[in-house]
Amino acid sequence: MLKTLKRFRYHLAVFFAVIGPGFITANVDNDSGGIFTYSAAGARYGYLPLWTLLPITLVLIITQEMCSRMGAATGKGLSDLIREEFGLRITFLMMALLVLVNLTNVMAEFAGVASSLELFRVSRYISVPLAAVGVWFLAVKGNYKSVEKIFLFGCFLYVTYIISGFLVKPDWKTAAIYSVKPVLMLEPGYIYMLIGMVGTTIAPWMQFYLQSAVVEKGITAKEYAASRVEVIVGCIVTDVVAFFIIVACAGAIYSVKPTDIQDAAEAAVALKPFGQYAFLLFSAGLLNASVFAACVLPLSTAYSVCEGLGFESGVNRRMGEAPVFYGLYTLLIAVGAGVTLIPSFPLVTMILLSQVLNGMLLPFVLIPMILLINKHDLMGEFVNPRWFNLIAWITVVIIIGVSMAYIGFILRGVH
Amino acid sequence: MLDNFLFFTELTSLPVNDVKGRRIGRVKDAALVPLVNPSRIDRYLVGAGAAWLTVRFDQIQSISLDQGIFLTDEHLTPYHDDEYMMRLGRDLLDQQIIDVNGRKVVRVTDLTFEIRNDGLRDTLTIRDVDIGIRSILRRLLQGVVPPRWIRRLQQPIPPNSIAWEFCNVVEPDPQRRLRLNLSYQKLEEMHPADLADIVEDLAPAEREAIFETIDSEVAADALSEIDPKMQASILESLEPEKAADIVEEMSPDEAADALSELEDETSEEILDEMDSEPKTEVQELLEFEEDTAGGLMNTEYVVLPDDATVNDAMKALQENEELLENLNTIFLIDDEGRLSASIPLARLFLAAEGVRLKTLGSESLIHVTVEEHQDRVLELFDKYNLLTLPVVDDSGKLAGVITADDVISVLRQK
Repeated sequence: MLKTLKRFRYHLAVFFAVIGPGFITANVDNDSGGIFTYSAAGARYGYLPLWTLLPITLVLIITQEMCSRMGAATGKGLSDLIREEFGLRITFLMMALLVLVNLTNVMAEFAGVASSLELFRVSRYISVPLAAVGVWFLAVKGNYKSVEKIFLFGCFLYVTYIISGFLVKPDWKTAAIYSVKPVLMLEPGYIYMLIGMVGTTIAPWMQFYLQSAVVEKGITAKEYAASRVEVIVGCIVTDVVAFFIIVACAGAIYSVKPTDIQDAAEAAVALKPFGQYAFLLFSAGLLNASVFAACVLPLSTAYSVCEGLGFESGVNRRMGEAPVFYGLYTLLIAVGAGVTLIPSFPLVTMILLSQVLNGMLLPFVLIPMILLINKHDLMGEFVNPRWFNLIAWITVVIIIGVSMAYIGFILRGVH
Repeated sequence: MLDNFLFFTELTSLPVNDVKGRRIGRVKDAALVPLVNPSRIDRYLVGAGAAWLTVRFDQIQSISLDQGIFLTDEHLTPYHDDEYMMRLGRDLLDQQIIDVNGRKVVRVTDLTFEIRNDGLRDTLTIRDVDIGIRSILRRLLQGVVPPRWIRRLQQPIPPNSIAWEFCNVVEPDPQRRLRLNLSYQKLEEMHPADLADIVEDLAPAEREAIFETIDSEVAADALSEIDPKMQASILESLEPEKAADIVEEMSPDEAADALSELEDETSEEILDEMDSEPKTEVQELLEFEEDTAGGLMNTEYVVLPDDATVNDAMKALQENEELLENLNTIFLIDDEGRLSASIPLARLFLAAEGVRLKTLGSESLIHVTVEEHQDRVLELFDKYNLLTLPVVDDSGKLAGVITADDVISVLRQK
């Protein structure tokens, strides 16, 4: 008994030793938006969307690698660099967009809290305010860092998707074929889902968060090689989880009947091999992911905005010293949690919408990133290799193109 | 209405007119030449068609927000960049500077100039660096809304500015720093802990620039206050000689802590550059594991032989004046160097001159060995309400002391 405990402790120590900014970002990435978007994709389109994961993983690795490299080479956050190189107006515009899209993401996290606990008949009028107040205090009182490990540990719940992915006996042959065979359909619902999948995996906030985390951890250009490995592993983990969520949903839901997921109960069916525990596991996983991201998102947004616009920031400052920082932080939580309390607020629909917004706004973050990382006086020998630029620009063009196509559909009234 | 101030956002795009009142172009940027004058605008860069012209401050007649700039001289030279020039728009705006008075790093959003008339001409002198919402509003509306309206719109917002004299610009390039006549003297006058906070907020290149330039003693004090991991990256970035100068000024235990975070090769390089006396002390301390009493202790203490008197103690204190600020105990050792008593400093004041120190010692002599784990050290400090704890080696010889501030650092890192 003692021996197993010791071994367990040892494994735990190893687990936390390898954890850095890249791994944390990757896990926050699979937030309530991620879980619902992948679930919705698998439940509605089965194995079809799997082909997107390879290119998405590639682009995720490239973008994440870019901002952690920028952080290591310059020692500055992304919003700092944007301000210094592009001036105040562009910074202001970008920060306004970031606040807007992150607000919808925060809303998605609280919607995740609401829907996970509604599985157990806990009213959202109880769960959401409690979560909001808890999250607020956690960061302001400065003990978030100690709780972070619990959240990370909670991310092991994603393993249930991997197990379920095997137990539902999916059609592996079809899954394998569609993993590499692109399927393009000019259908608004399909395009909507594609944008959402890109947006939930490569979200604008991640670029700001990861770069700041790299800077805060004091990773310098010299130690960067080790950090890069961690970032890449993190990205792959994110998308392996995504793969199994889609496969589990395809096997458990789509193969019975293609469904548009409307609530958590429908999404939880993906874990049905766990029988009576399916709801519990789904709920726990979703709750952990939602609260984890709800801690990270508002704080990271407030930091980015204050750094970019030159306001005092940081939870180690008192409220009177950093009014804008605390004001923005509080506002994001209050509004994000508040709107989910609107009676008959369509939780899942809005969660999916927030991820689509992520996707549509991603190019506005990617373009400045590409421009910055190619500046020689800023990056020195760490400027982007040419093929990185090529992939990044192609990504920008494709996302803009797909977004325009979707907007075109809406304008012409096709649904 | 006669104003005696102008914002940088207003200066850029101000029209420039020649002697006959014909418009030449608009101001694009302005520059200081700090070697000549640290706050007066020396040159105005004027966009005329595709090219830029340089207007010297003494070629100007008048400057006003409503009329623009009028010149007294026609001989304008085309603009060319020179390294003695600090361009406000390019080098200062949107960059980080240090607010020495407020002890923080701030980002420049706008500048406020004072318009002065010296009898011959109007000159602009930088008065404040503007930060905060008011200046952000000006930047956002600049060129969209007429300047007079902006001035009215910003009225309700309280200003947030730092006087130029309290600003310190940080330039990573040493050559350029020299040409721009930038010094960090103002930083040297700050409390080391404040300086440390500021340094932690800066990017690595700027950090390095500061530690390269400031006095080694100040640098050592500030470095002691910085997070160990960042200490290491700063020391690594410096030339070994400079790093050695700084490490020599640190107390040996802190120096050893800082060096132990470095790669062996780098710490060897720094040790090689150090003077022999501090070097051996630091090297001895480096031998101990970080989480043992030996790793925590420092070697700055006052020690006297067993039979010394109060008078001897006073003499010893006079000789060790530099230690007084943090000293609260004196130690006695026997002929073989073994620890025999510890005397609280305050007792000396109540004792007559000839009294033997031994009679003043604390009843129980609490000490640990160099191998003792740090948790046990914390326990002892807590249990016996200690300020200092002597550390002895295997043969009972005094090896160093652990003071309360070392304990606090350990607790904070936990």
